[in-house]
Amino acid sequence: MSVLQLLNGLTFAALLFVVASGFTLIFGLLRIVNLAHGALYLLGGYIGFTVAARSGSFLLGGVTAVVAVAAAGGLLSEGLLRFVRGHELRQVLLTLGVAFVINDMVLAIWGGDTFTVPVPEALRGATQLFGVYYPKYRLFVLVTGVLLFIGLWLLLQRTRFGALIRAGVDDAEMVEASGINIRRVFLMTFLLGSALAGFGGLLGGAFLSLYPSADAEILVFSLAVVIIGGRGSLVGVGIGSLLVGLLNTFGQVMFPELAYFVIFGPMAVLLAFRPLGLFGKAA
Amino acid sequence: MDRRQFLKSTGWALSATTLGVPSSRAQAASIKIGVLAPLTGVVASGGREMIEGTQFWFDGIKNEISGRKVELLIEDDASNPDVALQKARRLVEQAKVHFLIGNLLANTGLAVANYVKGTGTPYFIPIIAADDLTQRARIRNVIRVAGYSASAFTHPFGDWALKKGYKKIATISQDYSFGHEQCGGFAQVFTEGGGQIVAQMWNPLNTSDFSPYLGQIAGMNVDAVFAMQNGADATRLLQQYASFGLKDRIPLLGAMNLTDQAVIRTLGPECEGVISPAHFVEGADNPVTVKFVKDYVAKYRKIPSLFGFSMYSGSMWVSRAIEKIGGRVEDRDAFIDSVRKTELPDSPVGKPVRLDTYGNPIYDVYIRRVIKRPDGKYWNVPIETYPNVSQFWTYDPETYLKQPAYSRTFQGIKKT
Amino acid sequence: MTSIDRPTYLPAHGLARPARGARGLSIIMAASILLAAALSPFALSTYQIGLATEVLIFGILAMSIDLLAGFAGRTSLAHGAIFGVSTYVVIFAIEQAGYPALLAVALGIAASTAVAAVFALLAVRTSGVYFLLLTLALGMIVWGICLRWTEVTGGENGLRGEIRPALLIPHRNFYWLVLAVAAPLSLAIWRFARSPFGLTLLGIRDSEARMQSLGYHVPLHLFIAFTVSGFFAGVAGALYAFFNNFVSPSTVSLSQSVEALLMAIVGGIGTLFGAFVGAATIIVLENTVSAYTERWPTALGVTFIVVMIFAPEGIVGTIRRLCGAKRVVAPSRTEGTDHGPQAVS
Repeated sequence: MSVLQLLNGLTFAALLFVVASGFTLIFGLLRIVNLAHGALYLLGGYIGFTVAARSGSFLLGGVTAVVAVAAAGGLLSEGLLRFVRGHELRQVLLTLGVAFVINDMVLAIWGGDTFTVPVPEALRGATQLFGVYYPKYRLFVLVTGVLLFIGLWLLLQRTRFGALIRAGVDDAEMVEASGINIRRVFLMTFLLGSALAGFGGLLGGAFLSLYPSADAEILVFSLAVVIIGGRGSLVGVGIGSLLVGLLNTFGQVMFPELAYFVIFGPMAVLLAFRPLGLFGKAA
Repeated sequence: MDRRQFLKSTGWALSATTLGVPSSRAQAASIKIGVLAPLTGVVASGGREMIEGTQFWFDGIKNEISGRKVELLIEDDASNPDVALQKARRLVEQAKVHFLIGNLLANTGLAVANYVKGTGTPYFIPIIAADDLTQRARIRNVIRVAGYSASAFTHPFGDWALKKGYKKIATISQDYSFGHEQCGGFAQVFTEGGGQIVAQMWNPLNTSDFSPYLGQIAGMNVDAVFAMQNGADATRLLQQYASFGLKDRIPLLGAMNLTDQAVIRTLGPECEGVISPAHFVEGADNPVTVKFVKDYVAKYRKIPSLFGFSMYSGSMWVSRAIEKIGGRVEDRDAFIDSVRKTELPDSPVGKPVRLDTYGNPIYDVYIRRVIKRPDGKYWNVPIETYPNVSQFWTYDPETYLKQPAYSRTFQGIKKT
Repeated sequence: MTSIDRPTYLPAHGLARPARGARGLSIIMAASILLAAALSPFALSTYQIGLATEVLIFGILAMSIDLLAGFAGRTSLAHGAIFGVSTYVVIFAIEQAGYPALLAVALGIAASTAVAAVFALLAVRTSGVYFLLLTLALGMIVWGICLRWTEVTGGENGLRGEIRPALLIPHRNFYWLVLAVAAPLSLAIWRFARSPFGLTLLGIRDSEARMQSLGYHVPLHLFIAFTVSGFFAGVAGALYAFFNNFVSPSTVSLSQSVEALLMAIVGGIGTLFGAFVGAATIIVLENTVSAYTERWPTALGVTFIVVMIFAPEGIVGTIRRLCGAKRVVAPSRTEGTDHGPQAVS
């Protein structure tokens, strides 16, 4: 039975990774705690759902979700956050306000019903793996998470853009001083981070469904992942996602009473004693 | 009348009251009804249907009872007891409504009930199912018109499971009082009849990922699974139960909300064949129900769920009671007595319904199965009937009340 | 006054002793406000008196947040939880344990203070966004406990009863009691903020490194400030128990902390009195908006956004700035980015 639970934890961790990687890119480079990240996830999920359900194509739904949410992120960055640039707490609270608005608008447009993104035919049903019967779609999510990790790693380590991000995470002022248009890098990063949130919404919407409080839940998990894993570190997000995903699953099985404590306990302890998380870098 | 209009008129009414505009004489004045429902938050979709069901009834009687106009003042309780309390206060103290009706989640209902205990405002709860409100903690002015206590339908369901020959069952229920009570009702009757509850799992509200629980179920040797889930959790459990391949292996028995239209409306084959007990079966073939469903579909383009049905029946009940006292809702004692004594002859379930001495309706309970209609949608049809089921099942009320209310620790399970 | 992350100018009167005339004027103003507040029940409907009572209660809560945010520079998202702990303890003590009201209140306030002290121990080494997130996590732990520990907290259903003493059941009487508590409490916080301890806090808010090098024990000061602010939040929580006769996990939830923080910000961080203005604004806004539309969360969110962009120093802060006289220096808006947790020790 543990194989089943292990897979459960891993697949959930994969979804967390998709969402939290976007969060940490923004947090790491721009030093913005984007509390609207969960709302962007929800928005991406609902948009992806509508497109996928109408068109019958999961892929099209995915593309639309990613583009739409990236655009929303761009709007947030250039339309609102620019006015509070440099003021960390103000930025955070502004994004909180945005989260309220997006969540309510989503409720107004799609209503409070729970929707599930339709899974493509090929991924429906279950398959045998290591002696257990496991849903194909969840395995797809797991594979996607792994591929994304590889993709982001390549992006960060092997491309110029990635190098700029890494340099910026370490020292944004230096990068600017070297004549690079850091604003553009910031914007691209924000778009990428938001796109990942939207993609996560589509992905998660197919097996966890979409409902009015999904944004708060995924945000809280993302926060835990990033805090535990550390700001601005891809490996950190990966490890953090694994830890949170597995802790959550096994916690639910073994200590259902302490469901929240299992996540927030470590998060609080880390914040108190090692605020940089496991792999985070000091600014 | 649509909700915006009502809200606008509420706004003007509220401002008028604030400015101290004196209200007109009692008799000619309208009957003000405070309707509380979760329009935002976790159970927002259920809340919206509650409003639809209410409006469906009052539109049908042209918003008039005994010559007095009816004014619906609708407030959102945000699926949250603090907000529910706030809105209840606003309706009672500022808008001066004659009575309150509604609320969905048990904790919002309990909060408002606690408040009206002090003000004496009549409060009708067609949907709030907390057992004790008509049992150990009953309040005179809180009446469960057209509603149900949580364990009322799962008692006979336990009996049905025994008859079906199930011996070992695992339960998975939402971890709050409504879940405890529904599961407890089932567990008590099932185990007293010789059945065995192999395991009980409790998931927090808003569990998005049931895989840890399904993983455990997959390894158990059980004849069936009893699931109590509401709202989004119901949707997810049904989907994930199917995606893990459990649907074909282990029969799924659900409490009523699991297969309510609010849930199965957006689902496909994963809900087919699930069995549940309820007083309302949208696919029943008795003419009253058929007509009700047909009219509802015509107006709202969706098959009515439990939420719409309950508020419709509750509004119907209260309206009949008001008619019997000539519209004098200001006389609270007379009003409450009238409600308690009223029988509902034309309820959409197709049979007359009345309240027992504790203020809880007595219904026929139908065992229902989800089937696919020719048009591809899914709904429930009755496969068996338990007539005139009391909230106390076959137990003597005094004895039953001596046992504690169902909770996580007390599930009525008979020790062997 | 200060915006929530960095002061844009120093308060003109705050530190120096105001001139005799100015002090007299302040006293007259305070007295007339108090008088108006005391007489208002005669002009308001019972429902409005209830709203006014809520304004006072949440004003105290917002003020406790302001004490920490405006004077020690730490913005907390745990104060809703701290507030609610007191509410839970009071109702539990009266309903379940049968204690008399005053003892229950004392226990409630003690509980809140204790919780704040524990949070403080964990949080004093952080600041800025990390402090915010840590207090968020701690608040969520409290919420989780209240949700799951059903035997004590009633779980989802919460605790309820009729705990208000008979004398206080009429709206007016209860309002006057709350006013009688709020007024001296505000004075106490005000005195606290202007005491030498309070001035040290201001110094810490402006530059921890400097205070450190001057020999002040920064973590100890922050610990005391947090605990004291928890005490005040506990008083508000105890009053809320009697106001509602009911408590549930939503009372300790994150949204409670967020709304209280918003009240403090809208009123003006660092102004103390602004907390009441902020509370009144948000509560009245909520009442008005939800009479017309369900979209209150949008309105709340937009308010947050607008305040953050255009008026981060809040209503009272903006008023003070507009009619304020001497300013020390006005640093540019883009000054200074917080680079993660500041090492304090």
